[in-house]
Amino acid sequence: MTRFLALLLLLIAAPACAQAPSPYEKFASDNYSDIDAGVAGLAASGDPRAGDILAALSDGRLFYRPADKTLFIKQGPALSDARTGAPAPADDGLKLVRANTRIRRAIEAAQGQLNLASPNAGRRREAADAVFKARDVAALPALDAALARETDASVKRTLTEARAAVLLVKPGTSEGDRLSAIPPIQARGDGDAMGALRGLSADPSEAVRAAAAKGIAAIETKLALLNAAQNVWYGVSLGSVLLLAAIGLAITFGVMGVINMAHGEMVMLGAYTTFLVQELIRAKAPGLFGWSLAISIPCAFVVAGAVGVLIERFIIRFLYGRPLETLLATFGVSLALQQTVRSIFGPTNREVGAPAFMSGAFDLFGLSVTLGRMWIVAFSIAVFFGLMFVLRKTSFGLKTRAVTQNRRMAAAMGIRTPYVDAMTFGLGSGIAGIAGVALSQIDNVSPNLGQSYIIDSFLVVVFGGVGSLWGTLVAALTLGVANKLAEPYFGAVLAKIGMLVFIILFIQKRPRGLFALKGRAVES
Amino acid sequence: MKNALWRGCSAAVLAGGMALSVLGAGAVRAEETIKVGILHSLSGTMAISETTLKDVMLMLIAEQNAKGGVLGKKLEPVVVDPASNWPLFAEKARELISKDKVAAVFGCWTSVSRKSVLPVFKELDNVLFYPVQYEGEESERNVFYTGAAPNQQAIPAVDYLMSKDGGEAKRWVLEGTDYVYPRTTNKILEAYLKSKGVASEDIMINYTPFGFSDWQTEVSKIKAFGSAGKKTAVVSTINGDANVPFYKELGNQGIKATDIPVMAFSVGEEELAGIDAKPLVGHQAAWNYFESIKTPENEAFIKQWQAYRKNPKAVTNDPMEAHYIGFNMWVKAVEKAGSTDPEKVIAALPGIEQKNLTGGTAKMLPNHHITKPVFIGEIEASGQFDVVNKTEGLIPGEAWSKQLEGSKDLEADWVTLKCGNYNTKTKKCGGA
Repeated sequence: MTRFLALLLLLIAAPACAQAPSPYEKFASDNYSDIDAGVAGLAASGDPRAGDILAALSDGRLFYRPADKTLFIKQGPALSDARTGAPAPADDGLKLVRANTRIRRAIEAAQGQLNLASPNAGRRREAADAVFKARDVAALPALDAALARETDASVKRTLTEARAAVLLVKPGTSEGDRLSAIPPIQARGDGDAMGALRGLSADPSEAVRAAAAKGIAAIETKLALLNAAQNVWYGVSLGSVLLLAAIGLAITFGVMGVINMAHGEMVMLGAYTTFLVQELIRAKAPGLFGWSLAISIPCAFVVAGAVGVLIERFIIRFLYGRPLETLLATFGVSLALQQTVRSIFGPTNREVGAPAFMSGAFDLFGLSVTLGRMWIVAFSIAVFFGLMFVLRKTSFGLKTRAVTQNRRMAAAMGIRTPYVDAMTFGLGSGIAGIAGVALSQIDNVSPNLGQSYIIDSFLVVVFGGVGSLWGTLVAALTLGVANKLAEPYFGAVLAKIGMLVFIILFIQKRPRGLFALKGRAVES
Repeated sequence: MKNALWRGCSAAVLAGGMALSVLGAGAVRAEETIKVGILHSLSGTMAISETTLKDVMLMLIAEQNAKGGVLGKKLEPVVVDPASNWPLFAEKARELISKDKVAAVFGCWTSVSRKSVLPVFKELDNVLFYPVQYEGEESERNVFYTGAAPNQQAIPAVDYLMSKDGGEAKRWVLEGTDYVYPRTTNKILEAYLKSKGVASEDIMINYTPFGFSDWQTEVSKIKAFGSAGKKTAVVSTINGDANVPFYKELGNQGIKATDIPVMAFSVGEEELAGIDAKPLVGHQAAWNYFESIKTPENEAFIKQWQAYRKNPKAVTNDPMEAHYIGFNMWVKAVEKAGSTDPEKVIAALPGIEQKNLTGGTAKMLPNHHITKPVFIGEIEASGQFDVVNKTEGLIPGEAWSKQLEGSKDLEADWVTLKCGNYNTKTKKCGGA
C-alpha cells in the first residue's frame, strides 16, 4: 500500500519536475542521438544519482516504461526507480535503454566529469584522464572547481593537463592561454598528449603552431626511445614463447637426433589438458580456478610424456638411424593425433580462461607490460633451468647424456639404453606438453595449435646448434628480438621471411648452428 | 519330418524374399534419389569453420526429405573431405560430379578453394553454391554466390563507422591476413575512403601471415596510430585462427571499443565461442545474419539446429544462413524447372525468391548474387551480437566493385547478356 502511494506521489510529482529541462526523458528513446544528449544532460545536472544511472546504462540495466518515460534500474531481479532510488514493482512492459560505442564513449566522458568530485584520489585521477581523452568543453567548469579544491599533487598535475587539453579545443581561448596550455601537455609525454598537440596544426597563431611542433618533436623523441625498449621487450616475450616450444624438441631432436614432426601435437595435447583441467575445476571446485594453470602443469607433463613414450615404444624405436622414415612416420602420427583431438573435442576453438593474476597490464616507466606475457617469460626461464638441472645433476640426466654420446659404451656399462631412449623421448614430449599450458594462454586451443609452432621450433634448434640447450636459449631470444625489431619497419610478413632467409644464410656459414658441439661423437 | 520340411521351405522363401527386397530396395534407391554434393573441409586448418556447414547441409537435406524430398524423390547427401587442401578441392569436385553424378554441389569457404574448383564446374557443367562473404570481382555461370559481396558487408560497415552513431571515425587502420580476400577488400575500402575525403596519411594498411599469433607489435602500432587526436577505427579482415590472439592482445593492452573500435568481417558467433568475450564488449562485426536477431524463422532455425546437433549451446552464423537460403533456392529452382539438369536449374535460378532468417526476402539476381540486409552487431559479454544498425531494405550484391579502376565498367548478367564480365564501355563480353 505504501509502495503504491509512493508510486502515486511520484506520478503526480513527475509532471512538476518536467517543467525544468530534464535529461531523463531523453533516455526513453530508441535513437542514439537522444540517449547521447541525455547522458550529457545528466552529467551537467549534478544529480547525485547520475553516477548510478550511467553505470546501469553502461551495464545494460537501465529500462524505461514507454507509456510515461519513467526510468528504472534493474539490480538482479529487483527494480528501482532511477530518479529516486525507491523500489518499484515488477513490470513486463519495460524496454531496455540501449548503449552502443557512441553512448559508452559519452558515458566515459560523463563519468569522468562526475568522478572529479570523488573522495578517492585514484578515482579522481582516472576521471581527469578520461576528461583529458574526451576533451569535452562542457567539463571545464567541473575541472576548474576540482582544481580549486584538489590537494593531492599528482591528481592536481593530471587535472592541469586535462584543463590545458580542454582549453586547446575550446573555441575562443586567447593566444596566451593556448600557449601556456602547451607545456603541461608536453610534460605528459604520451600518445594522447601528442594527439592533443597535433590538433593545433591548423592554429591561426604562428607562435602556437611553433610551440606545438616543438612539443610534438620532444614527445616523439621520448616515444621513439620507449618504442625501442618496448620492441625489445616484445622480442624477449616472443623469444620466450619460441624457447618454450623448442626446448622439448631440443631434447628429442637435439639430443636424441629424432626428427619428430609430432612435436607440435605434444604442445597441443598440453593445451587440451589445460582445457580439461579447467573444465573439471569449473565444475567441481570453482574456488581453485586461480590455481588451474599450476595444476595443469604436472597433468600436461604426464599426458604428453606418456603419449611420447608410447610413440617411442611403438614407432620410433624401430626407426633409429633412418631419419627419412622417422620423419614420415612421425608426420603420420601428427596427423592422426590432430584428427583424434578433432573428433573428440570438435574442430572449433576451446576457451581456456586466464586466472586473474595473468590478465591485464601494468605501466613500467611508460612501457606497458602485459602480465600474461611477463609470466610466460618467467615460466620459460624456469622450465629452461629446470631441464638443465635434470640433465646435469640427476642420474637420469647422466644416463641420457651417456647414451647419446656413446650408445655402445653406455650399454656396456650396464645402462638399459632402450629404457633411457623411451624416457628421454618422454621427457622431451612432456616438456612440450608444459609449453602447451603456457601457449593456451596466448593462442587458440584448437587441433591446429601445434602446427604453427613446429617449423619455428626446428628453426630455433637448428640455429642454436643441435644438441645444445644454451644454444636453444640464445637462438630463441635472438630470433624473437630480431623479428620484433624488424616488424615495425618491414611488417609482419616480410619480417618472418627475412628471418628465414637469415637462418638459411647463417646455416650455410655455420652448418652446426651457433653453439656447435665438438668431439668425436659429433663427427661420426 | 513334415514339420522340418515346412520349416526348410519357409526359410527358403523368407531368404528369397529378403534377397528380393534388398535387390528391389537397391534398384529403387538408385532410381529415385537425387544426389547432392557437400564439399567442405572436415580436417586441416579450415575444418574449424567448414565442419558446421557440412552439418547444416545434412540437416537441411534431412528436413527436405521429411517433407517428401524434391520432385517426388528423396535427396541423398554425398559428403567428401577436401582436407583444407586446395588442389584436392578440384579433385573431389570432379569425383562428386563425374563419379557420384550429383545434381548440385554446396561447398568451399576460402576464395582459393573456390578458384581451384571453378574450371571443374565449367568443364563438367554443374552448379556450385558458395556460402561465404568474399572479395567479389567474379561472376561465373556455374556458381551462385549466397554470401556477401563487398558492397553488402564492407562498404555499409565503413559507412556506419563514419556515421554519428558509429563514432565518426576519421582515421582508419585496415588490418588483414595476407591473402586475396583481405587484399582485394582493402583495395576497395581504400578507394572508397579516399572518395569520401579521407587523406592517405589517415589510412594505415597492415597485413599479417595466416595463423599469426604474436600481436604485440601490431596492436601497439594500432594504439600509436590511434593517438593522433582523431577518432580511429580498425577494419579487420583478419581470418580464422589469428583472431583469438588478436582480440586477447587488444584486451591485454587495454584497448577498449570506446577508444578504438574494431569492425571485423570474419568474426562470428563461432569464432567468439573460443574466447572470453568480456574485454571485447562493444567491438563490432558486420554480417548479413546474426543469431541474436529475433524473428520466428530464426528462432525455429536455431531450435532445429540445436536439436540436430544435440547441443543446446550450438551457435548459428552467417554462412549457415547462406546455405539455408542457397539450398532452398535450389529446391525451388529444381521444382520450377521440373528437372535437376544443371543447365535447366541454372536458367531457372535467377529471379527465385526465398525468405531469409532475419525477416526479409532474398532474391537471386541475374549476376548470380543475392539481395541481403546488412547488420552491424556489437559484441556482448555473452559472445553474442547486439544489432545496433541495419541498412534500409535489402542490398543487391554487386559482382564487380564500383570502386576499382579495373572493374567499375563491368557488369554481370547471365539472363539477358549471358556474360559474367560485360564491359559497358566497349560493349563487349570479356572484361576490361
